[in-house]
Amino acid sequence: MALPKYTETRYRVWHYSYLVICTAVFFFLIAPLFVIIPLSFNAEQYIHFSDGMLALQPEAFSLRWYEDMIYGTKNPWGIAARNSIYYAFFSTIGATILGTVAALGLSSRYMPYKQLIMSILISPMIIPLIISGSAIFFSLAKLGLAATFPGIVIAHIILGTPFVVITVTATLSGFDDSITRAASSLGSTPTNTFFKITLPLITPGIISGALFAFVTSFDEIVVILFVAGGDRNLTTIPLQMWTGLREQLSPTIMAVATCLIVLSTLILIVTELLRRRSERIRGISAQ
Amino acid sequence: MPSEIRTSDGELLSVKLKKVERRRRTTAFLLAAPLLFFIVFAYLIPIFQMLGRSIDNVQMHEFLSDTHDVMQTWDGSEMPGEDVTSIFFYELKGLVEEKNHGKIATRLNYEKGGFTSLIKKTARKLDDFDENANFLDQFIDVHKKWGDIEYWLALKRGTDAYHYRKYLTTFDFEQKYDGSIERIPEKKRINVTLWLRTIFVAAGVTFCCFLLAYPISHLLSVLPTRYSNLLMICVLLPFWTSLLVRTSSWMVLLQKQGVLNDTLVSLGIVADEGRLELMYNMTGTFIAMTQILLPFMVLPLYSVMKTIPPSLMRAATSMGATPFHAFRKIYFPLTYAGISAGSILVFVLSIGYYITPALVGGAKGTLISNRIAYHMQQSLDWSLATAMATVLLIAVLIVYWLYNKIVGIDNMRLG
Repeated sequence: MALPKYTETRYRVWHYSYLVICTAVFFFLIAPLFVIIPLSFNAEQYIHFSDGMLALQPEAFSLRWYEDMIYGTKNPWGIAARNSIYYAFFSTIGATILGTVAALGLSSRYMPYKQLIMSILISPMIIPLIISGSAIFFSLAKLGLAATFPGIVIAHIILGTPFVVITVTATLSGFDDSITRAASSLGSTPTNTFFKITLPLITPGIISGALFAFVTSFDEIVVILFVAGGDRNLTTIPLQMWTGLREQLSPTIMAVATCLIVLSTLILIVTELLRRRSERIRGISAQ
Repeated sequence: MPSEIRTSDGELLSVKLKKVERRRRTTAFLLAAPLLFFIVFAYLIPIFQMLGRSIDNVQMHEFLSDTHDVMQTWDGSEMPGEDVTSIFFYELKGLVEEKNHGKIATRLNYEKGGFTSLIKKTARKLDDFDENANFLDQFIDVHKKWGDIEYWLALKRGTDAYHYRKYLTTFDFEQKYDGSIERIPEKKRINVTLWLRTIFVAAGVTFCCFLLAYPISHLLSVLPTRYSNLLMICVLLPFWTSLLVRTSSWMVLLQKQGVLNDTLVSLGIVADEGRLELMYNMTGTFIAMTQILLPFMVLPLYSVMKTIPPSLMRAATSMGATPFHAFRKIYFPLTYAGISAGSILVFVLSIGYYITPALVGGAKGTLISNRIAYHMQQSLDWSLATAMATVLLIAVLIVYWLYNKIVGIDNMRLG
């Protein structure tokens, strides 16, 4: 972004102030996350940077809050983490299968009422969560599934499917139909073509949709507030954080938050790898 | 004749083609069907059923149907006659035997405060009633509130099978017993304030996100991929991070003893006694929501800007336009699609925001969703909660419809 030598002063000033503004915005986006990490290693009970921490004295830092998180007296985090992973795992499987199959239908040229059906399928993403949460709670309560494991998984499948539908339809929109036609002209059955040709090509889209579904379930808080109904055995990490944050900001929450930031970094890396892979595959198929 | 063309099995080509197309349509529909039915039955129908509660009073109507019927002949200008009070007595007695009087007490209490204790006290004394004496006098003996005509009027109105009064409450209006509609007393008005605040915050957050996202999306789109991928992490890492983590980081920053205030004090900008009130008010909600929703503006803007060839701006300047003029006339109009997509996305998300305002906003920074949750979970006035939810849903659907018109759902991209 180097400026040419002949640039007038006022554009030079404008250019540098533009870069300063951009830096400030990037800082605003990312800095709040990094405040949490050092605070989780605080040796003190209070959530602020102690003088010792600022002077980088080793005794001002400790792992006691991580210890508290894992071995703490009441230890809600263990159950919460286990539940969160279970819910996310099962709802991801459900949402991915339902969403991918629906996306295959939606991407067909022959799909009737495409716009309407698409709007219906992604409505859980649009409708405010507070409405979704209470409605799902009422319907699950009628079936006797409120505050049960399957009930929560069903609720999370509903919330996760729109993301799978969107990512997989997006992948399929760049899909070259002539490949499947070539396969069938060479004598492949439709099932065989699907599993040998279509599926491998849209796998990056499916995985990234599944990742969205996983994160949606893993981070979900509003709907579970209604559906879990205060049952301690059904609690999740977000639910536990919500309860904790409403009472007081404890350093243990900072430790949990740090773990979650590490997790989101991992997810970010996976999505980036997927994006590159998908670009590479598409690059080949376009030739 | 072209219509005479036949396929190898002897069928007319046009007929065969239609058959194949029909089969493909069915296949496509059948693929989408499982999810479609799942969403419709497990999600959309429950939503409509729930929203129906905002006008539904059928249970009350059935509990007190005879009273309701006989009250239709009572004009409400003076105390009800014995025909009304006797039927009400027997019906209430039946309800007490079935232990259902608690339910009508709660519902009637929404109509008029004081009904809970009134019904409960009356229920205890029903056995002492003399069925040959004047019922109204005996009701008044049990509780003097029965002598107030407003309670009888509330009973008449509270047993209608359907009503729309909660929608009036949603906007701080009320219906008087003579049918006229008035605004409620000034100190009780809270909902309109909340609606206005929600719209103000949603519009303000959308605008701030636009202002902040525009320069960085532009920078990301013009930088070489190596650098832009690196900077994209700043956008994507918050995007993938749990909402509660981001909210708690804002709580750490904005508290009175928080990092931001500490820094300002140690830099000497703010005195130790004069620490800024950044949390538990609108400021906190606003700042936190802007940061949390910013990625949703950057991503669509970036994907649109990426497609604008840099040669356009060069062409404009080479023909004599100043950079600002070229930006205003050439570049900016080309980004409209990204601006509308991002704005609508951020607006829809922020209008229904619940978690962040609840944690950072305190009493002065809560939004309409928090009020709905309050009525759902604490005051248990589900009719009012669902009436508010209906209004919110309609607002969101209008914006969603606009999104569909302008951007098209098919063009929705994530990440």
